[in-house]
Amino acid sequence: MVVGKRTPLQRICHLAAHALLLAGALVMVMPMIWMLVTSFKPPAEIALWPPAFWPRLPTTANYTGAFQAAPFGRFFANSVAYAVVCTLSVITTSLVAGAVFGKYRFPLRGFLFGLVLATAIVPFEAYMIPLYLQLVQIEWINTVQGIVLPYLFMAFGIFLMRQHVSSAVPGELMEAARVDGAGEWWILRRVIAPLSGNALAAVAILAFNQAWAMLIWPLLVANDQSLFNMELGLTTFQFAFSNDTGKLMAGSVVSVVPMLIVFLLMRRRIIENMALTGLKG
Amino acid sequence: MPSAATLSVGRAPARSIGIRLRRIRHRLRIPLFCYIALLPVLALFLYVRIIPIGFGFVLSLYRWNMISPRKPFVGLANYIQLFGDENFIAALKNTTIYSFATVILTTILALPLAVFLSRQSRLSPFYQTIYFLPVITPLIPMSIAWKWIYDYNYGVLNYLLSLVGLPAVPWLTDPSIALWAVILMTVWKQLGYAMVLYLVGLRNIPQEYTEAASIDGATDTQRFWRVTLPLLRPILLYVLVTSSISSFNVFAQVYVMTVGSQTAPGNALRVLVYDIYTNAFQFLHMGYASAEAVMLTMIVLGLTLIQFRAVRTDTAKET
Repeated sequence: MVVGKRTPLQRICHLAAHALLLAGALVMVMPMIWMLVTSFKPPAEIALWPPAFWPRLPTTANYTGAFQAAPFGRFFANSVAYAVVCTLSVITTSLVAGAVFGKYRFPLRGFLFGLVLATAIVPFEAYMIPLYLQLVQIEWINTVQGIVLPYLFMAFGIFLMRQHVSSAVPGELMEAARVDGAGEWWILRRVIAPLSGNALAAVAILAFNQAWAMLIWPLLVANDQSLFNMELGLTTFQFAFSNDTGKLMAGSVVSVVPMLIVFLLMRRRIIENMALTGLKG
Repeated sequence: MPSAATLSVGRAPARSIGIRLRRIRHRLRIPLFCYIALLPVLALFLYVRIIPIGFGFVLSLYRWNMISPRKPFVGLANYIQLFGDENFIAALKNTTIYSFATVILTTILALPLAVFLSRQSRLSPFYQTIYFLPVITPLIPMSIAWKWIYDYNYGVLNYLLSLVGLPAVPWLTDPSIALWAVILMTVWKQLGYAMVLYLVGLRNIPQEYTEAASIDGATDTQRFWRVTLPLLRPILLYVLVTSSISSFNVFAQVYVMTVGSQTAPGNALRVLVYDIYTNAFQFLHMGYASAEAVMLTMIVLGLTLIQFRAVRTDTAKET
């Protein structure tokens, strides 16, 4: 863009656009900031009209109260554990299946891959009832394995890895390894995996997000509070303490802050990877 | 080495059985590896996807109550009943409005944002980060925060309205308003994601096109409507359809913000997944809820077909 040759009108437009952009940015962060300041207000200030922005007598009572009322530490640890297990599993299955579909020829390849793709469209919520009945039958309701089961693989991850491997891994390299006597598993681990770092990271971010955000499935499958993830823990806590806004905000802050820190640390990578995965469809 | 064994085949017919076996093994080596590697994934896939999807269709043809031992086959009766069910009709209507409204509003806001940010480079990363923040924050705590913002008595939003002399709005307790409150919150949450996708699309447009247009004397607005937008069409279309598909499964924010002790149960904002959930797990009408789930699948499938069509005609036009 050529700078310096702007008419006054263009300048005004430019300034207006900037003002709008800034106002928008404020709207984006305001809910989080409002949540944060509210979490430090004593009950009397929360039920204040007109509401004041800064807490006059800031207190951490909401945090101690929230942790006494519900095992948020446990919820958080569960969320991390579920998300890590699911992410590891999704990465492995996506890499293996993506490599096999992308680089090998074998009977039924097209059919199997088509099947994976075709059913990827069906939303989870549309088949959660029969899946629930299946888990009742094998007595996996209210178990850790029952909660993570549907999130252990991701059709979209397989698709992404197939796209990546078939274009980014040279067949000659695999052939060379074979001539040197390498087995297929070795090739997968030592040739294909090292060349797929970026794509795997993208799949990992997606899988982690998906597993972290699960709500309706644990709502059905987890009955004991000790199995709740953060999202379900907060939801049930919200129903039980709907009048105690301070505690609710404190619990919410606790669950948002770690994600924000991770995001701000790896901001570039996360944004780019999400754009990449978003457009590969 | 297997390759050495195959080379010697022609010269040693006496050892043919052993060699032939080895040759078969060699030829089957790759497919065998493929099937063994795929087996765990496919087994999992079969159990958590294929079987439930099939089982769901079957369930939808039965009067299947969790606690009653009699589960008679009723054919299409569940489906027929659905179309006379006020709750289902309301849910279908709300979900449709929700999907299209969030998608359209998100696009209207995200597109100009992306165009503006793609042109100026200095502050662009800063704004991108800010606008992307809601995308990565978990949905449930943010729904709780928004519920507080929307609070009828003490919420900031009603306070801001009162500053400009407007009356307080029952944002979440009146279902017809709650629908728009949820839409607004979702647009807030998704805006940054659409923005980033459009930014990638804009970056992929070769500069020569826009420069050529400028040289030919096109104004900024002309350049946007005549050059940028048509070139952005494939991405635009893709984002529009995929996000309306994923919008049809809306549940979490609706559940947190409009279901609960503060609001009467009748006031909950009905959306498809919430209706499926209540029918299946509160009233235990698994068969009936499955018919509803099949309808959800059909809608999503229909939208996907539209997407394929649109993308195909789009690429056909280009060639």
